[in-house]
Amino acid sequence: MLAELIETIAKIMFIFGVNMGFFTPILGWVERKQSAVMQDRVGANRADIFGFRVIGLLHILADAIKVLTKEDFVPAGANKFFHTLAPFISLTPALVTFAVIPFGGQYEIFGHKVNLVIADLDIGILFIFAFASLATYGTVLAGWSSNNNWSFLGGMRASAQMLSYEVAMGLSIIGVIMVYSSLKLTEIGAMQAEFFRWGIFLQPVGFILFLTCAIAENKRAPFDIPEAESEIVAGYFTEYSSMKFVMFWMGEFLEIVTISGIITTLFFGAWHIPFVSNEMLLSIFGFAGPDGANILTMLINIATFFVKIIFFIWLQMTIRWTLPRFRYDQIMKLGWKILLPLALINIFITGLVLLVK
Amino acid sequence: MAINVAMSNEQRAMSAGQEEGIEKVLGNSVLLTQLDAIVDWGRKYSFFLYPFVTACCGMEFMSVAGPRYDLDRFGAALPRFSPRQADLLMVVGTISHKQAPILVKVYNQMTEPKWVFSFGVCATSGGFYDNYATVQGIDTLIPVDVYVPGCPPRPEMVIDGLLKLQEKVAKEKWSDWPRGEALVSKKGR
Repeated sequence: MLAELIETIAKIMFIFGVNMGFFTPILGWVERKQSAVMQDRVGANRADIFGFRVIGLLHILADAIKVLTKEDFVPAGANKFFHTLAPFISLTPALVTFAVIPFGGQYEIFGHKVNLVIADLDIGILFIFAFASLATYGTVLAGWSSNNNWSFLGGMRASAQMLSYEVAMGLSIIGVIMVYSSLKLTEIGAMQAEFFRWGIFLQPVGFILFLTCAIAENKRAPFDIPEAESEIVAGYFTEYSSMKFVMFWMGEFLEIVTISGIITTLFFGAWHIPFVSNEMLLSIFGFAGPDGANILTMLINIATFFVKIIFFIWLQMTIRWTLPRFRYDQIMKLGWKILLPLALINIFITGLVLLVK
Repeated sequence: MAINVAMSNEQRAMSAGQEEGIEKVLGNSVLLTQLDAIVDWGRKYSFFLYPFVTACCGMEFMSVAGPRYDLDRFGAALPRFSPRQADLLMVVGTISHKQAPILVKVYNQMTEPKWVFSFGVCATSGGFYDNYATVQGIDTLIPVDVYVPGCPPRPEMVIDGLLKLQEKVAKEKWSDWPRGEALVSKKGR
């Protein structure tokens, strides 16, 4: 009992630490630096401590200090309670979703069975969708409670866009669920041990649909009409300053990580290395004894999972800095007239193949 | 090149004789000066710009922000089009009397701490638009931190101005803020 408690707390600390302590701040730097490299610029590199610049990483610190010491503003006529609540609502779901994403398999260490997922729910995917759709409330609330026309327009756009893409996103996953006949993310991950059983080979269309819908859910370019600068100032967070405004960004960054985690788990073999099974790893690490071999395998698997996540973060950043923004009607057309029928056809064909086989 | 002018002379004069709040108790002790140093270090490397672009200087502003001169190197690349999130008001171009109330409103809407960058000779002094329609320098409306003349200023001048502003921010004290709204809008009431 105690061991389980310690294990759970350790896992929560690990995921929280990696997400809030590593990915969120680093992604701010990555976004800046990657955009700079893609635009043939140098990017932020001047902030220094005692002459050390650390390739611009200190700009994160400078931004944090600046943002924390900036005036916290609530507009006149705004609903102060909801205005303060909204950033928290949009930040939390992205963090909570990570509870059901497995970042490793199951290992036997010192007679204790370690399952590398915080909450091994039977309905993992449904949990993700339930919480991902909660983020909509954050944006709508932010738009409404700011008492500002632009914010309100942004909130309306965000709600319309997120609701539309939620449908296609949910349907794009159905194919994966049918193939693996499980809603449990640990099971789906375990079933992808063999390279050619990865979700990307079984559900290529599902992957592209899911990636598109997920980026649209995250409201980043090319789907960033809720905060389109050229049309509605800064959209739903126009009236937010200092840390509250940055919390929306942190939520966005966390969502990038979460999307990468889901994609990795569903389509890219979760914690498995292609052509290298865990049995092979265990035999390679045989010199360290059974427990040592298990621990080393576990560490390798966790590293593999996060390398895959980093790759998909890079992919999403590249998409964000490559494509121009869609028009509002184009977004709706893409969601309802292209992605939704494609997802339905995908389900139909998957069902047909499963039936014939 | 860029001329560095002490900001809001009125406030400086006001706070020179009487120090308020925590500084009255602790004075210039290590605690406060080090806090100032850290906060100023953060602020000077993290300007979020509000580009208030009204005229042809905008082209030069784009050039400064673009790949060749790259303002992002100094941490001042991120344009925020909501004044609530911006730190540095870049007034780029001619401000006509019709435009003046908008400029003052944007300045008042910005959250503290905020700085103003006068980009180009028209914003600085009206330039050759010495006529009834043009504001003769935006410092008749709002306090200005850095003037960069030129028609348009070379990108090097703008970067020089930004570095001057960084130097100035590095010397600021906690009690320099808040600046409050523009004097013009107070007189109007």
